[in-house]
Parts: sequence; structure tokens; C-alpha cells
Amino acid sequence: MSFEPKTDSVGIVTPRVEHFDEPLHLSSGQVLPAYDIVYETYGELNAERSNAILICHALSGTHHAAGWHSETDRKPGWWDHCIGPGKPIDTRIFHVVSLNNLGGCAGSTGPAATNPATGRPWGPDFPALRVRDWVASQVRLADRLGIGRWAAVIGGSLGGMQAMRWAIDHPQRVAHCVVIAAALKLSAQNLAFNEIARQAITADPDFHEGWFLEHGTGPRRGLAIARMVGHVTYLSDALMGDKFGREIKHGSTAEGAVSDPEFQVQSYLRYQGDQFADNFDANTYLLMTRALDYFDLARDFGDDAAEAFRRATARFLVMSFSSDWRFSPARSLEIVDALISAGRDVSYTEIEAAEGHDSFLLPVARYHEALGLYLKRAHRELGDAA
Amino acid sequence: MQLEHIVRGWIREGSRVLDLGCGDGRLLRDLSATRNVRGYGLEIDPHGIALCLDAGVNVIEQDLDRGLGNFPDRSFDTVIMTQTLQAVRFPHLVLDEMLRIGSDCVITFPNFGNWRCRWHLGGGGRMPVSRFLPYAWYDTPNIHFCTVLDFEALCRQKNIRVLDRVVLDAGGGQSIGTRLLPNLFGMTAIFRVTR
Repeated sequence: MSFEPKTDSVGIVTPRVEHFDEPLHLSSGQVLPAYDIVYETYGELNAERSNAILICHALSGTHHAAGWHSETDRKPGWWDHCIGPGKPIDTRIFHVVSLNNLGGCAGSTGPAATNPATGRPWGPDFPALRVRDWVASQVRLADRLGIGRWAAVIGGSLGGMQAMRWAIDHPQRVAHCVVIAAALKLSAQNLAFNEIARQAITADPDFHEGWFLEHGTGPRRGLAIARMVGHVTYLSDALMGDKFGREIKHGSTAEGAVSDPEFQVQSYLRYQGDQFADNFDANTYLLMTRALDYFDLARDFGDDAAEAFRRATARFLVMSFSSDWRFSPARSLEIVDALISAGRDVSYTEIEAAEGHDSFLLPVARYHEALGLYLKRAHRELGDAA
Repeated sequence: MQLEHIVRGWIREGSRVLDLGCGDGRLLRDLSATRNVRGYGLEIDPHGIALCLDAGVNVIEQDLDRGLGNFPDRSFDTVIMTQTLQAVRFPHLVLDEMLRIGSDCVITFPNFGNWRCRWHLGGGGRMPVSRFLPYAWYDTPNIHFCTVLDFEALCRQKNIRVLDRVVLDAGGGQSIGTRLLPNLFGMTAIFRVTR
């Protein structure tokens, strides 16, 4: 796909940066003295400043959720299917804000940025972050943008965890909370996959205990393996079967063949891994997976998620995908049960989709229809309230 | 509609309501407007779910046949199931679950003892197909038809207390016929039960 001035695209977008000088006190006890947040917006903010939607990104997401940075871009933003004029997150009626999280590597302050105390890159010294720290930094951005209350906070996967945290920590500032393919906390299996990914990175000789930038290198092989592991868990067995099967790209399985066979899926995974390693900071990956691991919504509430949700006032939409085994429908139902038990307004759909966890990034018809209907309704309520 | 009017009369102001098979969410919308209830509907039909989302009704995609174990005991004031009992795999078990979850339950179902059904079957010798039961026998969601008498027998057998019973005719109203011979003239049966 290349740039075309389509009517359902937000078109060419330009990222903006906000600088914050007020120190951010983190849940680790550390303090981030100053930081930048890079973000994009799509659609107009209305006069009441009531139609803003915050997009929270997942593990490897960025602020570039929709549109194109230039006419020569190869790809649009990561959620371009979903955000735009007439799309489920309709920029004709909503003002959409999408940021790169703190600790990221797409322009917001992260491990690759310079530590003002040392003049060197933060590297492994960059403070550990929790989901609540991201939300705290997003609150500052909302204040800066003059958005007192979000019409909706929307996130998939790790982004869904941020959306839930928003609804609990800042109930007055969230009208609707949309939680897609997420969980109240990671399962042991999920923790295990993240640990394999981190081990792959830290075992790479080019990791240099996290100081790879100082050595003018980076743990590319480790990062690529981490991505491969992640990628396999984001897809379903059935989808990989359909997409690649046992098709052979090079070589042959015939007896006496000269070269070893290489399956399509091997070359696909290697490509995915290499692409990722070229564009992602290994310390960010470590930081993001740890934030994902530590997240446990109910921890501060006697391990009772319903108790946590009693603090929320938002209306919730929870969505899951039938073939997602990394954040399965059962995990989403735990969120729903806790919300019902807390007496909160909630709707839930389990979307039939073959693409596993990655479905949340794809234009699955029923998913987009349900999300669009829900948000249109939310927008009509804005008019009623005004 | 008469049916909604009757159900509304049984729902306490501000109560918690679970509607099993809520369809387009009309009943819940009515109850939240008139009775200020906090309600949730369960539905599996994507079209019904879409209509609920559009109407701002809390709808949960959940298959009744896969159980209701996620809802704690007595977590709702009233559990409602309208015109769905005949479509579930094990109506008696769903009934047990409803009575576990709700303090009371409202159940409506098409009365297969209605004279029209009897006429189709007794006179014509064919399974009834009508405006009310528009499906052919081989392709119908309705797999467990019962009569008013059958339902009452099940309640007795399971020690379920019938608090109210109203039977409506084909026009959605009540008549001398539906009062005196509900199992013959009733098209829709509405029960309020508890345990």
C-alpha cells in the first residue's frame, strides 16, 4: 500500500512534541525530571472540548496511528483501518489524540534519549515504568491540550490496560472506556513468553548490559528473536497454517537434495524480526514487557477487580477475538464479570476472527461495526449532555 | 406492548436486572427509562448485539447453553428470559441457574398448548408454522416447546414457587378465554417465579 489521497484517510499528518519540565514521580520511587511526549491528532476538537478520544498503544505501537507522514510513505499509521473519516473512530465527529508512551522509541523520552544528569543516553538507567506512570504522563498531556474529560479512552492489549487504569485513577475524566483484547493481568504463560523475549535480548553479546548505544551497536539478533516469539503468539495456529502451511521457499525435502529446505514461515518470521530490530530500541522493549508483566489491576484492591472498578464511572466496551490465545476471550470475560459485579455499565462482544491477538489491528468487519456503533452512540450522548 | 407492560409492573424501582436473550434490548431500555433499573442483557445474535450497542443498552455476548456460572448467587434482583426458554439446550438447568442468580425470575414462552397449535397438529397432523412460530421443524431455534401446564408441572417438581402468572392471547391481550382456559387460549405465557 502506498499513499493515495483517499476520502476515508486523515491524509498527511505531522507529529507534534510537548515538553514537560515538571518532574514526574514514578511508581518505582524514581523521578523523571523532564520529558518529551510526541503525539498526533486527527479531526477537530469541538468548542466544548468534549469530543476527544485518547488512543493508548500496545507493546510496539507509536503515536502514528493514522494517516501518512509523507506522500512517499510505504505504510499508513498502525490503526489506519480504524481511524479516519467514516471509520469506526470517526474523525468527522471525534478529535483523536494518539501519543508515543514514555519510555518509547518513536520520539517520546525513552532509554535512547540523553540523561540530563550524565549527558549520556539513559540506556538501562532509564527508570522502570508502570502502566499507571504512562497514564500519569498522559494526564499531563491532556491538561496541556485542554482536554478535561475524554469522550473515550481506547486501547488494545497493553493499551487496554492503560484505558482501564485511566477509568480507575481518573474516573471524572473518562466518559467511555474501550478495552480490546486485554486482561486484568497477564497469565503465567504470558509472563513466560515475555521472559523468553527478554532473555533473547539480554543474551545477545551486542546488548552490553543495555549500553549498546555507547558501543555504537545494538542487540539486533536478540531483538529479532524476541519479535519472532511475540509474533508467533499474536497469530493463531489456523491462520499460520492457511498463510504459510508447509510451503517451501528454497531447497527441497527430496532425498539427496543439495540444499536444506527453508519453509515460508521461516523466511516470514526472519523478515518480521529483522524489520523490527531495525526500528526498535531493545531497552524500550525490555521496559514495555516489564510494564506489561507488572500490571495487575486488582493488586491495590485486595485482589478484587470489582473493588477496583467501583471507583470507575465510565461506561465500558470490552471486546475479544475468538482465536486470540495470548489475551483470550476468557481474560476479557474476567474484566466483564468484575465490571458487572461492580455495577458498572458494560457491553461485551467476542468477535469471530482467525487472526489471533493481531485481529485487533485488522479490519474485521463485525469488530469495526460494533466499535463504530458504540462510539456513534457515545457521540450522540455528548449532544444530549450539552 | 402488553407483555412489556406486565413485566414492568413486576420490576422494582432501581433494581438490578439480567435479561437472558435480550434481542434488540427493547425491554431493558424500557425498564431503565421507567424503572431506573441497572440492567444487562445476554445475547448471541450479532445483529441483536449491534442494535443494543446502537441503543446504548448493556449487552454481553454470552451463550446461555454454555452456562451462567460467571454470575454469582443472588447477584441480581430479577433475571428475565423472554421467549427464549424454548430455544435453550437444557431449559430446566437454565431455570435452576436463573433462580440461583436472581431473587426472582420472569419467564415468558410461547404456549404450545394453544388451540391453534393443537389444531395444526390434531387437525392437520402437521407441526404448526405461524406468524408467532415462523420456523419449519427442521430449521428452528425452538427445540423445547412446552405448554402452560408443562411449565407448571416442572415448577412443582422443582419446588419453584409461582408468584404470578399472566397468559396473553394472539393479540397480546387478556380475555375471558385466557383467564378461564389459559392453556387453550393463551399464546404467550408470562410467569414470575422464585425459590
